[in-house]
Amino acid sequence: MSAFRDKVSRAGAHGFSPTRISAMVMRHVYLLRRSWPRLLELAYWPIVQVLLWGFISKFFATNSTWVAQAAGVLLAGVLLWDVLFRSQLGVTISLLEELWSRNLGHLFISPLRPYELCISLTTMSLIRTLIGILPAALIAIPLYEYSIFDMGLPLLAFFSTLLVFGWALGLAIAAVLIRLGMAAENLAWLLVFVLAPISGIYYPIDVLPGWVQVIAWMFPAPYVFEGMREVLFHGVFRVDLMLAALALDLVYLLLGAGAFLYSFRVARVQGLLLRTGE
Amino acid sequence: MLEPAIRVTRLTKRYKTVLAVAALDFEVTRGSVTALLGGNGAGKTTTLSMIMGLVLPTSGAIEVLGQDMVHHRYRVLPRMNFSSPYVELPRSLTVQENLAVFARLYGIPDRTKACARLAEELDLTAFLKRATGTLSAGEKTRVMLAKSLLNQPELLLLDEPTASLDPDSADWIRTYLQDYQRRYGATVLMASHNMLEVERMCDDVMVMREGKIEHRGTPAELIRQFGRDTLEEVYLDIHRREGGARAAQ
Ligand SMILES: Nc1ncnc2c1ncn2[C@@H]1O[C@H](COP(=O)(O)OP(=O)(O)O)[C@@H](O)[C@H]1O
Ligand SMILES: [Mg+2]
Repeated sequence: MSAFRDKVSRAGAHGFSPTRISAMVMRHVYLLRRSWPRLLELAYWPIVQVLLWGFISKFFATNSTWVAQAAGVLLAGVLLWDVLFRSQLGVTISLLEELWSRNLGHLFISPLRPYELCISLTTMSLIRTLIGILPAALIAIPLYEYSIFDMGLPLLAFFSTLLVFGWALGLAIAAVLIRLGMAAENLAWLLVFVLAPISGIYYPIDVLPGWVQVIAWMFPAPYVFEGMREVLFHGVFRVDLMLAALALDLVYLLLGAGAFLYSFRVARVQGLLLRTGE
Repeated sequence: MLEPAIRVTRLTKRYKTVLAVAALDFEVTRGSVTALLGGNGAGKTTTLSMIMGLVLPTSGAIEVLGQDMVHHRYRVLPRMNFSSPYVELPRSLTVQENLAVFARLYGIPDRTKACARLAEELDLTAFLKRATGTLSAGEKTRVMLAKSLLNQPELLLLDEPTASLDPDSADWIRTYLQDYQRRYGATVLMASHNMLEVERMCDDVMVMREGKIEHRGTPAELIRQFGRDTLEEVYLDIHRREGGARAAQ
Protein backbone atom coordinates (compact mmCIF):
# COMPACT_ATOMS: atom_id res chain seq x y z
CA MET A 1 0.00 0.00 0.00
CA SER A 2 1.26 3.48 -0.80
CA ALA A 3 2.31 5.80 2.03
CA PHE A 4 -0.58 8.09 1.12
CA ARG A 5 -3.21 5.37 1.38
CA ASP A 6 -1.62 4.11 4.56
CA LYS A 7 -1.95 7.52 6.21
CA VAL A 8 -5.56 7.97 5.08
CA SER A 9 -6.42 4.49 6.28
CA ARG A 10 -4.96 5.05 9.71
CA ALA A 11 -6.56 8.48 10.08
CA GLY A 12 -9.96 7.01 9.24
CA ALA A 13 -9.67 4.06 11.59
CA HIS A 14 -9.40 6.23 14.71
CA GLY A 15 -12.48 7.76 16.34
CA PHE A 16 -12.78 11.23 17.88
CA SER A 17 -10.89 13.04 15.16
CA PRO A 18 -10.57 16.81 15.73
CA THR A 19 -9.82 17.16 12.01
CA ARG A 20 -13.12 15.61 11.00
CA ILE A 21 -15.07 17.60 13.59
CA SER A 22 -13.40 20.81 12.40
CA ALA A 23 -14.22 19.85 8.81
CA MET A 24 -17.92 19.84 9.66
CA VAL A 25 -17.68 23.09 11.60
CA MET A 26 -15.84 24.68 8.65
CA ARG A 27 -18.56 23.48 6.32
CA HIS A 28 -21.17 25.42 8.30
CA VAL A 29 -18.98 28.45 8.86
CA TYR A 30 -18.41 28.65 5.07
CA LEU A 31 -22.16 28.56 4.67
CA LEU A 32 -22.77 31.38 7.16
CA ARG A 33 -19.96 33.47 5.77
CA ARG A 34 -21.35 33.08 2.29
CA SER A 35 -24.89 34.01 3.15
CA TRP A 36 -25.76 37.46 4.53
CA PRO A 37 -29.46 36.63 4.89
CA ARG A 38 -28.57 33.69 7.13
CA LEU A 39 -26.35 35.87 9.32
CA LEU A 40 -28.90 38.67 9.60
CA GLU A 41 -31.63 36.20 10.34
CA LEU A 42 -29.63 34.92 13.30
CA ALA A 43 -29.48 38.33 14.95
CA TYR A 44 -32.84 39.63 13.76
CA TRP A 45 -35.30 38.06 16.22
CA PRO A 46 -33.25 38.52 19.35
CA ILE A 47 -32.90 42.23 18.53
CA VAL A 48 -36.61 42.65 17.83
CA GLN A 49 -37.42 40.86 21.08
CA VAL A 50 -35.04 43.04 23.08
CA LEU A 51 -36.52 46.21 21.57
CA LEU A 52 -40.01 45.07 22.46
CA TRP A 53 -39.23 43.93 26.00
CA GLY A 54 -37.00 46.92 26.60
CA PHE A 55 -39.92 49.29 26.12
CA ILE A 56 -42.29 47.07 28.07
CA SER A 57 -39.75 47.17 30.92
CA LYS A 58 -39.51 50.93 30.71
CA PHE A 59 -43.26 51.19 30.98
CA PHE A 60 -43.55 48.70 33.84
CA ALA A 61 -40.67 50.30 35.74
CA THR A 62 -43.06 53.13 36.63
CA ASN A 63 -46.24 51.07 36.74
CA SER A 64 -45.23 47.85 38.45
CA THR A 65 -43.50 47.66 41.79
CA TRP A 66 -42.22 44.18 40.89
CA VAL A 67 -40.37 45.25 37.75
CA ALA A 68 -39.27 48.48 39.46
CA GLN A 69 -37.23 46.42 41.93
CA ALA A 70 -35.12 44.96 39.13
CA ALA A 71 -35.46 46.75 35.84
CA GLY A 72 -33.59 44.06 33.90
CA VAL A 73 -35.77 41.14 34.93
CA LEU A 74 -37.77 41.03 31.69
CA LEU A 75 -34.81 41.78 29.41
CA ALA A 76 -32.66 39.13 31.09
CA GLY A 77 -35.59 36.73 30.69
CA VAL A 78 -36.00 37.33 26.99
CA LEU A 79 -32.27 37.11 26.31
CA LEU A 80 -31.82 33.88 28.25
CA TRP A 81 -34.89 32.34 26.67
CA ASP A 82 -33.37 33.14 23.30
CA VAL A 83 -30.20 31.31 24.35
CA LEU A 84 -32.28 28.17 24.73
CA PHE A 85 -34.16 28.70 21.48
CA ARG A 86 -31.04 29.64 19.45
CA SER A 87 -29.08 26.75 20.87
CA GLN A 88 -31.76 24.24 19.89
CA LEU A 89 -32.17 25.88 16.50
CA GLY A 90 -28.40 25.91 15.97
CA VAL A 91 -28.31 22.12 16.17
CA THR A 92 -31.41 21.45 14.10
CA ILE A 93 -30.78 24.01 11.37
CA SER A 94 -27.26 22.72 10.85
CA LEU A 95 -28.66 19.24 10.41
CA LEU A 96 -31.42 20.54 8.13
CA GLU A 97 -28.72 22.12 5.96
CA GLU A 98 -27.37 18.60 5.36
CA LEU A 99 -30.83 17.30 4.52
CA TRP A 100 -31.55 20.24 2.21
CA SER A 101 -28.29 19.72 0.36
CA ARG A 102 -28.73 15.92 0.30
CA ASN A 103 -25.29 15.57 1.73
CA LEU A 104 -25.85 12.93 4.42
CA GLY A 105 -24.95 10.08 2.07
CA HIS A 106 -21.55 11.57 1.36
CA LEU A 107 -20.92 12.25 5.04
CA PHE A 108 -21.76 8.74 6.13
CA ILE A 109 -19.55 6.96 3.64
CA SER A 110 -16.67 9.14 4.84
CA PRO A 111 -14.92 8.16 8.07
CA LEU A 112 -17.02 10.75 9.97
CA ARG A 113 -18.62 9.07 12.99
CA PRO A 114 -22.20 9.96 13.96
CA TYR A 115 -20.97 11.15 17.39
CA GLU A 116 -18.43 13.39 15.65
CA LEU A 117 -21.29 14.89 13.68
CA CYS A 118 -23.08 15.33 16.99
CA ILE A 119 -20.12 17.24 18.46
CA SER A 120 -19.80 19.43 15.37
CA LEU A 121 -23.53 20.27 15.49
CA THR A 122 -23.27 21.39 19.11
CA THR A 123 -20.17 23.45 18.31
CA MET A 124 -22.10 25.13 15.50
CA SER A 125 -24.95 25.71 17.90
CA LEU A 126 -22.64 27.60 20.27
CA ILE A 127 -21.32 29.74 17.40
CA ARG A 128 -24.80 30.48 16.05
CA THR A 129 -26.16 31.27 19.51
CA LEU A 130 -23.40 33.78 20.19
CA ILE A 131 -23.88 35.45 16.79
CA GLY A 132 -27.61 35.65 17.49
CA ILE A 133 -27.59 36.84 21.10
CA LEU A 134 -24.56 39.11 21.40
CA PRO A 135 -25.87 41.94 19.17
CA ALA A 136 -29.17 41.97 21.06
CA ALA A 137 -27.44 41.97 24.45
CA LEU A 138 -25.14 44.80 23.35
CA ILE A 139 -27.96 46.90 21.90
CA ALA A 140 -29.75 46.88 25.26
CA ILE A 141 -26.83 48.67 26.93
CA PRO A 142 -27.10 52.07 25.19
CA LEU A 143 -30.87 51.85 24.62
CA TYR A 144 -32.09 50.88 28.07
CA GLU A 145 -28.97 51.31 30.17
CA TYR A 146 -29.24 47.65 30.96
CA SER A 147 -26.29 45.32 30.63
CA ILE A 148 -26.98 41.64 31.15
CA PHE A 149 -23.23 41.25 31.70
CA ASP A 150 -23.60 43.00 35.07
CA MET A 151 -24.90 39.69 36.34
CA GLY A 152 -21.32 38.45 36.21
CA LEU A 153 -20.39 34.80 36.60
CA PRO A 154 -23.94 33.57 37.29
CA LEU A 155 -24.75 34.66 33.75
CA LEU A 156 -22.17 32.20 32.43
CA ALA A 157 -23.78 29.44 34.49
CA PHE A 158 -27.28 30.31 33.22
CA PHE A 159 -26.03 30.58 29.64
CA SER A 160 -24.28 27.20 29.72
CA THR A 161 -27.20 25.40 31.32
CA LEU A 162 -29.66 26.67 28.74
CA LEU A 163 -27.18 26.06 25.92
CA VAL A 164 -26.82 22.42 26.89
CA PHE A 165 -30.57 21.95 27.29
CA GLY A 166 -30.94 23.48 23.82
CA TRP A 167 -28.47 20.90 22.48
CA ALA A 168 -30.49 18.09 24.03
CA LEU A 169 -33.72 19.37 22.44
CA GLY A 170 -31.96 20.07 19.15
CA LEU A 171 -30.50 16.58 18.93
CA ALA A 172 -33.87 15.00 19.74
CA ILE A 173 -35.55 17.07 17.03
CA ALA A 174 -32.71 16.22 14.63
CA ALA A 175 -33.39 12.55 15.32
CA VAL A 176 -37.01 13.04 14.26
CA LEU A 177 -35.93 14.97 11.16
CA ILE A 178 -33.57 12.19 10.09
CA ARG A 179 -36.42 9.71 10.29
CA LEU A 180 -39.28 11.77 8.91
CA GLY A 181 -37.30 13.97 6.53
CA MET A 182 -38.09 17.55 5.72
CA ALA A 183 -41.81 16.90 6.15
CA ALA A 184 -41.15 17.50 9.84
CA GLU A 185 -39.09 20.64 9.21
CA ASN A 186 -41.44 22.90 11.19
CA LEU A 187 -40.69 21.05 14.41
CA ALA A 188 -37.37 22.87 14.40
CA TRP A 189 -39.13 26.20 14.94
CA LEU A 190 -42.15 25.17 16.96
CA LEU A 191 -41.37 22.48 19.47
CA VAL A 192 -39.37 24.52 21.97
CA PHE A 193 -42.26 26.97 22.45
CA VAL A 194 -44.29 24.24 24.13
CA LEU A 195 -41.89 24.78 27.01
CA ALA A 196 -42.13 28.58 27.07
CA PRO A 197 -45.23 28.86 29.30
CA ILE A 198 -43.82 26.43 31.87
CA SER A 199 -40.27 27.76 31.93
CA GLY A 200 -40.98 30.79 34.12
CA ILE A 201 -39.25 33.20 31.78
CA TYR A 202 -41.18 36.32 32.81
CA TYR A 203 -43.10 35.13 35.89
CA PRO A 204 -42.33 32.87 38.82
CA ILE A 205 -43.27 29.20 38.48
CA ASP A 206 -45.64 29.42 41.47
CA VAL A 207 -48.21 31.36 39.43
CA LEU A 208 -48.84 28.10 37.54
CA PRO A 209 -51.48 25.62 38.73
CA GLY A 210 -50.01 23.02 41.11
CA TRP A 211 -49.96 20.08 38.74
CA VAL A 212 -48.40 22.18 35.98
CA GLN A 213 -45.67 23.21 38.41
CA VAL A 214 -44.83 19.54 38.90
CA ILE A 215 -44.32 19.17 35.16
CA ALA A 216 -42.42 22.44 34.90
CA TRP A 217 -39.81 21.39 37.46
CA MET A 218 -38.96 18.34 35.35
CA PHE A 219 -37.10 20.61 32.93
CA PRO A 220 -33.88 22.57 33.53
CA ALA A 221 -35.20 25.92 32.27
CA PRO A 222 -37.37 26.93 35.31
CA TYR A 223 -34.38 26.44 37.63
CA VAL A 224 -32.39 28.87 35.52
CA PHE A 225 -35.08 31.55 35.38
CA GLU A 226 -35.85 31.27 39.10
CA GLY A 227 -32.12 31.44 39.72
CA MET A 228 -31.89 34.52 37.53
CA ARG A 229 -34.60 36.30 39.54
CA GLU A 230 -32.85 35.39 42.79
CA VAL A 231 -29.72 37.09 41.48
CA LEU A 232 -31.58 40.15 40.20
CA PHE A 233 -33.88 40.68 43.19
CA HIS A 234 -31.83 39.42 46.10
CA GLY A 235 -28.30 39.34 44.80
CA VAL A 236 -27.85 35.67 45.71
CA PHE A 237 -26.69 32.87 43.44
CA ARG A 238 -28.66 29.75 44.33
CA VAL A 239 -26.24 26.86 43.93
CA ASP A 240 -28.99 24.33 44.72
CA LEU A 241 -31.08 25.48 41.74
CA MET A 242 -28.01 25.40 39.52
CA LEU A 243 -27.08 21.86 40.51
CA ALA A 244 -30.62 20.62 39.90
CA ALA A 245 -30.58 22.26 36.46
CA LEU A 246 -27.22 20.70 35.61
CA ALA A 247 -28.35 17.24 36.70
CA LEU A 248 -31.46 17.52 34.52
CA ASP A 249 -29.30 18.84 31.67
CA LEU A 250 -27.18 15.75 31.82
CA VAL A 251 -30.22 13.47 31.69
CA TYR A 252 -31.74 15.31 28.73
CA LEU A 253 -28.44 15.51 26.89
CA LEU A 254 -27.96 11.77 27.20
CA LEU A 255 -31.51 11.18 25.97
CA GLY A 256 -31.13 13.64 23.08
CA ALA A 257 -27.75 12.31 21.95
CA GLY A 258 -29.02 8.75 22.34
CA ALA A 259 -32.04 9.47 20.14
CA PHE A 260 -29.81 11.18 17.58
CA LEU A 261 -27.36 8.29 17.33
CA TYR A 262 -30.15 5.71 17.32
CA SER A 263 -31.87 7.51 14.44
CA PHE A 264 -28.88 6.73 12.22
CA ARG A 265 -29.31 3.08 12.89
CA VAL A 266 -32.97 3.34 11.95
CA ALA A 267 -31.99 5.34 8.87
CA ARG A 268 -29.62 2.57 7.81
CA VAL A 269 -32.31 -0.06 8.28
CA GLN A 270 -34.94 1.94 6.38
CA GLY A 271 -32.56 3.17 3.69
CA LEU A 272 -33.06 6.87 4.45
CA LEU A 273 -29.51 8.15 4.01
CA LEU A 274 -29.57 8.08 0.22
CA ARG A 275 -33.05 9.53 0.05
CA THR A 276 -33.11 11.95 -2.82
CA GLY A 277 -35.34 14.87 -1.95
CA GLU A 278 -38.96 14.83 -0.90
CA MET B 1 -3.33 -13.94 -3.42
CA LEU B 2 -5.43 -11.06 -2.14
CA GLU B 3 -9.03 -11.67 -1.14
CA PRO B 4 -11.60 -10.27 -3.59
CA ALA B 5 -12.44 -6.56 -3.38
CA ILE B 6 -16.04 -7.42 -2.56
CA ARG B 7 -17.62 -10.67 -1.47
CA VAL B 8 -21.30 -10.85 -0.63
CA THR B 9 -23.07 -13.98 0.54
CA ARG B 10 -26.83 -14.49 0.68
CA LEU B 11 -27.17 -10.70 0.78
CA THR B 12 -30.81 -9.73 1.27
CA LYS B 13 -32.60 -6.43 1.84
CA ARG B 14 -36.28 -6.34 2.55
CA TYR B 15 -38.09 -3.03 3.03
CA LYS B 16 -41.57 -3.17 4.51
CA THR B 17 -43.31 -4.43 1.42
CA VAL B 18 -40.48 -4.71 -1.10
CA LEU B 19 -37.82 -7.34 -1.49
CA ALA B 20 -35.15 -5.02 -2.93
CA VAL B 21 -32.24 -7.47 -2.94
CA ALA B 22 -32.82 -11.21 -2.83
CA ALA B 23 -30.05 -13.51 -1.54
CA LEU B 24 -27.23 -12.21 -3.73
CA ASP B 25 -23.97 -14.13 -3.96
CA PHE B 26 -21.09 -12.61 -5.85
CA GLU B 27 -17.46 -11.66 -5.73
CA VAL B 28 -15.75 -8.73 -7.41
CA THR B 29 -12.11 -9.32 -8.35
CA ARG B 30 -9.52 -6.75 -7.36
CA GLY B 31 -8.59 -4.43 -10.15
CA SER B 32 -11.67 -5.22 -12.22
CA VAL B 33 -14.29 -2.87 -13.60
CA THR B 34 -17.61 -4.54 -12.91
CA ALA B 35 -21.08 -3.43 -13.85
CA LEU B 36 -24.38 -3.93 -12.11
CA LEU B 37 -26.68 -3.67 -15.07
CA GLY B 38 -30.42 -3.50 -14.68
CA GLY B 39 -33.56 -1.46 -15.09
CA ASN B 40 -35.19 0.87 -12.58
CA GLY B 41 -35.93 -0.87 -9.30
CA ALA B 42 -33.68 -3.86 -10.04
CA GLY B 43 -31.86 -3.34 -6.73
CA LYS B 44 -28.61 -1.79 -7.97
CA THR B 45 -28.59 1.23 -5.66
CA THR B 46 -29.62 -0.84 -2.67
CA THR B 47 -26.78 -3.28 -3.36
CA LEU B 48 -24.22 -0.47 -3.64
CA SER B 49 -25.60 1.16 -0.48
CA MET B 50 -25.17 -2.02 1.50
CA ILE B 51 -21.60 -2.38 0.24
CA MET B 52 -20.94 1.18 1.50
CA GLY B 53 -22.63 0.54 4.83
CA LEU B 54 -25.33 3.15 4.19
CA VAL B 55 -28.02 0.50 4.31
CA LEU B 56 -28.00 -2.43 6.73
CA PRO B 57 -28.81 -5.79 5.15
CA THR B 58 -31.79 -7.76 6.40
CA SER B 59 -29.56 -10.82 6.25
CA GLY B 60 -26.39 -12.06 4.63
CA ALA B 61 -22.75 -10.99 4.81
CA ILE B 62 -20.65 -8.34 3.08
CA GLU B 63 -16.89 -8.36 3.01
CA VAL B 64 -15.15 -5.35 1.50
CA LEU B 65 -11.36 -5.38 1.01
CA GLY B 66 -11.21 -8.31 3.39
CA GLN B 67 -13.23 -6.65 6.19
CA ASP B 68 -16.71 -7.32 7.48
CA MET B 69 -18.62 -4.24 6.34
CA VAL B 70 -21.47 -4.55 8.82
CA HIS B 71 -19.25 -4.59 11.90
CA HIS B 72 -16.00 -2.92 10.91
CA ARG B 73 -16.91 -0.37 8.31
CA TYR B 74 -14.52 2.30 9.59
CA ARG B 75 -11.61 0.04 8.66
CA VAL B 76 -12.80 0.09 5.06
CA LEU B 77 -14.52 3.44 4.53
CA PRO B 78 -11.19 5.33 4.30
CA ARG B 79 -10.18 3.01 1.46
CA MET B 80 -13.28 3.38 -0.67
CA ASN B 81 -15.46 6.12 -2.09
CA PHE B 82 -18.65 6.74 -3.97
CA SER B 83 -20.00 9.11 -6.57
CA SER B 84 -23.47 9.55 -7.97
CA PRO B 85 -25.35 12.42 -9.56
CA TYR B 86 -28.21 11.58 -7.19
CA VAL B 87 -26.32 12.53 -4.04
CA GLU B 88 -25.29 16.15 -4.09
CA LEU B 89 -22.68 18.30 -2.44
CA PRO B 90 -23.73 21.43 -0.51
CA ARG B 91 -24.86 23.83 -3.22
CA SER B 92 -23.93 27.15 -1.66
CA LEU B 93 -20.37 26.15 -0.84
CA THR B 94 -17.79 26.81 -3.53
CA VAL B 95 -16.13 23.88 -5.27
CA GLN B 96 -12.92 24.63 -3.40
CA GLU B 97 -14.69 24.72 -0.03
CA ASN B 98 -16.45 21.45 -0.69
CA LEU B 99 -13.20 19.76 -1.64
CA ALA B 100 -11.46 21.23 1.42
CA VAL B 101 -14.18 19.90 3.73
CA PHE B 102 -14.02 16.39 2.31
CA ALA B 103 -10.22 16.41 2.27
CA ARG B 104 -10.39 17.02 6.02
CA LEU B 105 -13.07 14.41 6.54
CA TYR B 106 -10.81 11.86 4.87
CA GLY B 107 -7.71 13.05 6.73
CA ILE B 108 -5.82 13.65 3.47
CA PRO B 109 -2.15 14.54 3.99
CA ASP B 110 -1.10 17.78 2.25
CA ARG B 111 -4.71 18.78 1.72
CA THR B 112 -4.18 21.94 -0.30
CA LYS B 113 -1.83 20.29 -2.74
CA ALA B 114 -4.01 17.21 -3.11
CA CYS B 115 -7.09 19.33 -3.89
CA ALA B 116 -5.19 21.50 -6.35
CA ARG B 117 -3.84 18.46 -8.18
CA LEU B 118 -7.27 16.88 -8.52
CA ALA B 119 -8.78 20.18 -9.61
CA GLU B 120 -6.13 20.39 -12.31
CA GLU B 121 -6.70 16.82 -13.49
CA LEU B 122 -10.47 17.10 -13.56
CA ASP B 123 -10.38 20.52 -15.16
CA LEU B 124 -12.07 22.33 -12.27
CA THR B 125 -9.65 25.24 -11.88
CA ALA B 126 -11.82 27.69 -13.81
CA PHE B 127 -14.72 27.36 -11.35
CA LEU B 128 -13.08 26.53 -8.03
CA LYS B 129 -14.46 29.73 -6.53
CA ARG B 130 -18.00 29.26 -7.80
CA ALA B 131 -20.90 27.94 -5.75
CA THR B 132 -21.30 24.24 -6.51
CA GLY B 133 -25.04 24.68 -7.09
CA THR B 134 -24.47 27.02 -10.03
CA LEU B 135 -22.48 24.51 -12.11
CA SER B 136 -23.70 22.60 -15.15
CA ALA B 137 -24.44 18.88 -14.86
CA GLY B 138 -21.10 18.01 -16.47
CA GLU B 139 -19.15 20.30 -14.16
CA LYS B 140 -20.98 18.98 -11.10
CA THR B 141 -20.21 15.42 -12.09
CA ARG B 142 -16.51 16.26 -12.32
CA VAL B 143 -16.57 17.92 -8.90
CA MET B 144 -18.30 14.89 -7.43
CA LEU B 145 -15.70 12.68 -9.04
CA ALA B 146 -12.92 14.82 -7.54
CA LYS B 147 -14.55 14.38 -4.12
CA SER B 148 -14.68 10.62 -4.61
CA LEU B 149 -11.01 10.38 -5.65
CA LEU B 150 -9.62 12.54 -2.82
CA ASN B 151 -8.63 9.51 -0.78
CA GLN B 152 -7.29 7.55 -3.78
CA PRO B 153 -9.88 4.83 -3.19
CA GLU B 154 -8.92 1.22 -3.77
CA LEU B 155 -12.60 0.58 -4.35
CA LEU B 156 -14.71 3.09 -6.23
CA LEU B 157 -18.48 2.68 -6.32
CA LEU B 158 -20.42 4.60 -8.94
CA ASP B 159 -24.17 4.88 -9.28
CA GLU B 160 -25.05 5.78 -12.87
CA PRO B 161 -21.96 7.97 -13.15
CA THR B 162 -22.87 9.53 -16.48
CA ALA B 163 -26.63 9.89 -16.04
CA SER B 164 -27.89 13.28 -17.28
CA LEU B 165 -24.67 14.09 -19.16
CA ASP B 166 -24.34 14.97 -22.82
CA PRO B 167 -22.34 12.40 -24.85
CA ASP B 168 -19.25 14.57 -24.87
CA SER B 169 -19.05 15.04 -21.11
CA ALA B 170 -19.98 11.41 -20.53
CA ASP B 171 -17.14 10.31 -22.77
CA TRP B 172 -14.70 12.54 -20.93
CA ILE B 173 -15.75 11.07 -17.57
CA ARG B 174 -15.42 7.48 -18.84
CA THR B 175 -11.96 8.11 -20.21
CA TYR B 176 -10.88 9.71 -16.97
CA LEU B 177 -12.28 6.86 -14.88
CA GLN B 178 -10.51 4.25 -16.99
CA ASP B 179 -7.29 6.17 -16.64
CA TYR B 180 -7.67 6.41 -12.86
CA GLN B 181 -8.50 2.74 -12.59
CA ARG B 182 -5.36 1.72 -14.50
CA ARG B 183 -3.05 4.17 -12.76
CA TYR B 184 -3.98 3.05 -9.25
CA GLY B 185 -5.07 -0.52 -9.94
CA ALA B 186 -8.39 0.38 -8.36
CA THR B 187 -11.50 -1.78 -8.37
CA VAL B 188 -14.59 -0.16 -9.82
CA LEU B 189 -18.16 -1.34 -9.31
CA MET B 190 -20.73 0.70 -11.17
CA ALA B 191 -24.48 0.58 -11.43
CA SER B 192 -25.68 1.55 -14.85
CA HIS B 193 -28.36 1.10 -17.40
CA ASN B 194 -26.23 2.63 -20.09
CA MET B 195 -25.26 -0.27 -22.34
CA LEU B 196 -22.61 1.61 -24.30
CA GLU B 197 -20.88 2.62 -21.12
CA VAL B 198 -20.89 -0.89 -19.74
CA GLU B 199 -19.69 -2.40 -22.99
CA ARG B 200 -16.85 0.06 -23.22
CA MET B 201 -15.66 0.19 -19.63
CA CYS B 202 -16.45 -3.09 -17.92
CA ASP B 203 -14.74 -6.45 -18.07
CA ASP B 204 -17.41 -8.12 -15.96
CA VAL B 205 -21.17 -7.59 -16.12
CA MET B 206 -23.82 -8.73 -13.65
CA VAL B 207 -27.31 -8.36 -15.03
CA MET B 208 -29.70 -7.64 -12.17
CA ARG B 209 -33.44 -8.00 -12.10
CA GLU B 210 -35.86 -7.97 -9.19
CA GLY B 211 -33.07 -8.15 -6.67
CA LYS B 212 -31.28 -11.10 -8.24
CA ILE B 213 -28.34 -11.56 -10.59
CA GLU B 214 -29.69 -13.31 -13.63
CA HIS B 215 -26.62 -13.43 -15.88
CA ARG B 216 -22.96 -12.75 -15.51
CA GLY B 217 -20.00 -12.60 -17.86
CA THR B 218 -17.80 -10.31 -19.92
CA PRO B 219 -19.74 -8.15 -22.38
CA ALA B 220 -18.40 -10.36 -25.20
CA GLU B 221 -19.50 -13.56 -23.45
CA LEU B 222 -23.01 -12.25 -22.86
CA ILE B 223 -23.29 -11.10 -26.46
CA ARG B 224 -22.11 -14.50 -27.70
CA GLN B 225 -24.34 -16.42 -25.28
CA PHE B 226 -27.42 -14.60 -26.55
CA GLY B 227 -26.35 -14.70 -30.21
CA ARG B 228 -26.54 -10.92 -30.48
CA ASP B 229 -24.39 -8.06 -31.74
CA THR B 230 -24.53 -5.63 -28.85
CA LEU B 231 -25.09 -5.67 -25.12
CA GLU B 232 -28.17 -3.54 -25.64
CA GLU B 233 -29.82 -6.33 -27.63
CA VAL B 234 -28.87 -8.85 -24.94
CA TYR B 235 -30.43 -6.64 -22.30
CA LEU B 236 -33.63 -6.20 -24.26
CA ASP B 237 -33.74 -9.95 -24.88
CA ILE B 238 -33.55 -10.69 -21.18
CA HIS B 239 -36.22 -8.19 -20.32
CA ARG B 240 -38.62 -9.09 -23.13
CA ARG B 241 -38.29 -12.80 -22.52
CA GLU B 242 -39.09 -12.48 -18.86
CA GLY B 243 -41.76 -9.89 -19.42
CA GLY B 244 -43.31 -12.33 -21.90
CA ALA B 245 -43.02 -15.24 -19.50
CA ARG B 246 -44.79 -13.23 -16.85
CA ALA B 247 -47.55 -12.17 -19.24
CA ALA B 248 -48.12 -15.85 -20.15
CA GLN B 249 -48.60 -16.89 -16.52
N1 LIG C 1 -35.55 3.33 1.31
C1 LIG C 1 -36.40 2.51 0.69
N2 LIG C 1 -37.56 2.17 1.27
C2 LIG C 1 -38.44 1.33 0.65
N3 LIG C 1 -38.22 0.78 -0.55
C3 LIG C 1 -37.07 1.08 -1.19
C4 LIG C 1 -36.10 1.96 -0.62
N4 LIG C 1 -35.06 2.07 -1.47
C5 LIG C 1 -35.38 1.30 -2.53
N5 LIG C 1 -36.57 0.71 -2.38
C6 LIG C 1 -37.22 -0.23 -3.33
O1 LIG C 1 -36.33 -1.30 -3.57
C7 LIG C 1 -36.33 -1.67 -4.95
C8 LIG C 1 -34.92 -1.55 -5.51
O2 LIG C 1 -34.57 -0.18 -5.57
P1 LIG C 1 -33.13 0.34 -6.04
O3 LIG C 1 -32.09 -0.44 -5.35
O4 LIG C 1 -33.12 1.80 -5.88
O5 LIG C 1 -33.13 -0.05 -7.60
P2 LIG C 1 -32.25 0.50 -8.80
O6 LIG C 1 -31.13 1.30 -8.24
O7 LIG C 1 -31.79 -0.73 -9.53
O8 LIG C 1 -33.14 1.33 -9.65
C9 LIG C 1 -37.32 -0.76 -5.62
O9 LIG C 1 -38.54 -1.46 -5.72
C10 LIG C 1 -37.45 0.40 -4.68
O10 LIG C 1 -38.72 1.00 -4.77
MG1 LIG D 1 -30.62 3.31 -8.61
